[in-house]
Amino acid sequence: MANSASSDAFVEFDRVQKSYDGEVLVVKDLNLQMPKGEFLTMLGPSGSGKTTCLMMLAGFETATHGEIRLDGREINNIPPHKRGIGMVFQNYALFPHMTIGENLSFPLEVRGLGKSEREAKIKRALDMVEMGAFINRRPAQLSGGQQQRIALSRALVFEPELVLMDEPLGALDKQLREKMQFEITHLAHNLGITTVYVTHDQTEALTMSDRVAVFDDGRIQQLAPPDELYEQPQNSFVAQFIGENNTLEGVVKEIKGGIALVQLDDGELIDCKPINVSQPGERTRVSIRPERVEFNKDRLKEGAHTLKAEVLEFIYMGDIFRTRLRVAGNDEFVVKTRNAPDQVRLKPGTQIEIGWLPEDCRALDA
Amino acid sequence: MTDSTANGEMLTTADGRPLKAALAKAEAHAKRRAFLLVLPLLAFILITFVAPIGQMLFKSVNNEGFTVHEDLGTGVRTPIMTNIAAWFDENPLGTDPGEDAYEALAKDLVVLRELKAPGQAGTRINYELSGSRSMFTKAARKAKKLKPPYKEAILDLDEDWGSPKLWQVMRGASSSFTSNFYLAAADRQRDENAKVVMVNENRQVYVKLFMRTLNLSLLITFLTFVLAYPIAHLLATLPLRHSNLLMILVLLPFWTSLLVRTTSWMVLLQSQGVVNDALVASGILGDENRLQMMYNRTGTVIAMTHILLPFMVLPLYSVMRPINPSYVRAARSLGATSWTAFRRIYFPQTVPGIGAGALLVFILSVGYYITPALVGGADGQLISNLIAFHMQKSLNWSLAAALAALLLGGILILYWLYDRLVGIDNLKLG
Ligand SMILES: Nc1ncnc2c1ncn2[C@@H]1O[C@H](COP(=O)(O)OP(=O)(O)O)[C@@H](O)[C@H]1O
Ligand SMILES: [Mg+2]
Repeated sequence: MANSASSDAFVEFDRVQKSYDGEVLVVKDLNLQMPKGEFLTMLGPSGSGKTTCLMMLAGFETATHGEIRLDGREINNIPPHKRGIGMVFQNYALFPHMTIGENLSFPLEVRGLGKSEREAKIKRALDMVEMGAFINRRPAQLSGGQQQRIALSRALVFEPELVLMDEPLGALDKQLREKMQFEITHLAHNLGITTVYVTHDQTEALTMSDRVAVFDDGRIQQLAPPDELYEQPQNSFVAQFIGENNTLEGVVKEIKGGIALVQLDDGELIDCKPINVSQPGERTRVSIRPERVEFNKDRLKEGAHTLKAEVLEFIYMGDIFRTRLRVAGNDEFVVKTRNAPDQVRLKPGTQIEIGWLPEDCRALDA
Repeated sequence: MTDSTANGEMLTTADGRPLKAALAKAEAHAKRRAFLLVLPLLAFILITFVAPIGQMLFKSVNNEGFTVHEDLGTGVRTPIMTNIAAWFDENPLGTDPGEDAYEALAKDLVVLRELKAPGQAGTRINYELSGSRSMFTKAARKAKKLKPPYKEAILDLDEDWGSPKLWQVMRGASSSFTSNFYLAAADRQRDENAKVVMVNENRQVYVKLFMRTLNLSLLITFLTFVLAYPIAHLLATLPLRHSNLLMILVLLPFWTSLLVRTTSWMVLLQSQGVVNDALVASGILGDENRLQMMYNRTGTVIAMTHILLPFMVLPLYSVMRPINPSYVRAARSLGATSWTAFRRIYFPQTVPGIGAGALLVFILSVGYYITPALVGGADGQLISNLIAFHMQKSLNWSLAAALAALLLGGILILYWLYDRLVGIDNLKLG
């Protein structure tokens, strides 16, 4: 193969494609390299192919094309039970006819471990998630959060180097979810396990991961650490999907010195950073994060383009103020400001001028 | 628990009535309505099911053939054989019948003759001592002409009247209630001293037939299980539009008449049938050693396995459908081979369905009648066929009832055992 295994990648997808029915490619061209110990999240809307990728990695689906490598070894044809990958399922998949202890014992038994060794490992794995007291219960006697912990400790009890989790927190309520997010990341880092985590919840992805792969339409749209993903989205899908985002549509007038001059649809001109526009005449979608919008003239750079805006709504949210504006015909333009002593509270109906630094305003694909 | 609160006061409703009384009144109405709703079904079951079964069980211990004559036209019931019954009451078992006994018999025979009932009484004795029916009809014909000493006169007619066995059987039959039919159903009888002994070896049929019924039913249950398990699994895991088609194929036998299905098995399996013809034509079998697959045990097993298959598939399907595939996947990801994952994770979760299907198929096949009757031949008959024989041909309803009651008892015992071993609440029918 031309693009052979890069030596430092622990998990590697190499031009992987997947089709279930021979008509539609569910995964289109997946290239991904993960170093050992990384916590990587696959984030994307439902149906974007995240589970399929995970299943191919676990060995429950075969790749239609391409290679999947684990620790430098091609694993396309290795059956799931020989891959030694821990897995946490969305419904936990705790065996209902076994006690918690038996559930955890199962992977150790099939590996032929002796009784005392099994008991020691089970105890350690249960203590790790603070569930030691529940060893003789059945899964049905546990709450959702407790089952989640057991599923996690079962996936870790045989000490796999790679753990896959498919929306493991999807069934929990918000508070418990946040607690578990913290616990999972903590565990993964402490144990030094490589983790592939699947979710459609962007907060979860941003708070937990070393890197996030944003999936859409069977492709990775962007693969980057959380901050980069949020601050430097590479296309409008990512900009829209991650965090809150303001969009303005227009046409590129000229690109010069790393700055693109964009004429918005109502005729106004703004300066932007060209990301995936290359020549004048192209249509573009301009993306600005709500907290990067400035309406205090003193703080704007001299000569910066400004736009007229009308305040439509002011919402007090405690730590921040959220102000909705009408800008260039867009009624959903949002500005977020910190609740500081000198902060201005804008009144609905007020006419103001807004602006931003050209590097915070990204000209993306239309 | 008491009716009062902690401080001893009665809880009352807003208008001062005791709370419990008010609740009972409110619920009584709902209960009455529920009862009225199920009343029609209850009556239907009582009339068509409980009553006949009770009557059947009663018949197995009660036979009036030797005690009461009922005129079919008028319904008038006349006691018969009263004199001899009185003699039996006065003389304990083992007394040699003397002149007084034969006199009583002669008087009863006259009554039988007048009532035109000698056949009925003879038949009752004949159940336990074959060949005795004709003795009664013959003697009754000449009863009026009999003169003392009666013993000689009657023994002159047929010296078998002196057989101690006959007198023992008559003693038993002179009471309407008897356990003899149960004994007969277990291949046992009473000898002349009323001791329970096995019947002649060449007449021991029922125990053998019960055992055969049990064995074949177990075999059929096992075969349906082996055939149904993979099908049910396929049905449960296939996407819905494919599984619907397969389900129709599985249920197809339900939609065709039982008789049609059985007959088609006859067409297929008989020695000049399709299967044999195919085997011969393909050269696997010589024309002279065609397989005997019909009119024997093989035929019964094949046809019944096919007919009862859906009863195994459906309960299995209903437990397999909701088993999330992620269980097996989890097991595989934890390092189990697909066989281990099946054995330790999937199979245990299907046990309630296996129990339900096996119980269903077993109970149905223990009582199966039509198919063994048509394709069973001599050694493929089951106990039900014999029950039918006694109901329809030999008209020994008491024996038929005793056989049926034993069958019922056996099934109840198995059911109880199953409950002890597996637990009925683990049963899942759908
Ligand atoms: N077993 C399957 N057979 C056929 N199509 C499937 C199967 N599993 C998933 N798909 C399809 O593949 C696409 C991606 O599914 P999935 O990987 O589950 O997405 P996600 O996990 O991101 O929600 C969906 O359109 C889904 O309908
Ligand atoms: Mg999914």
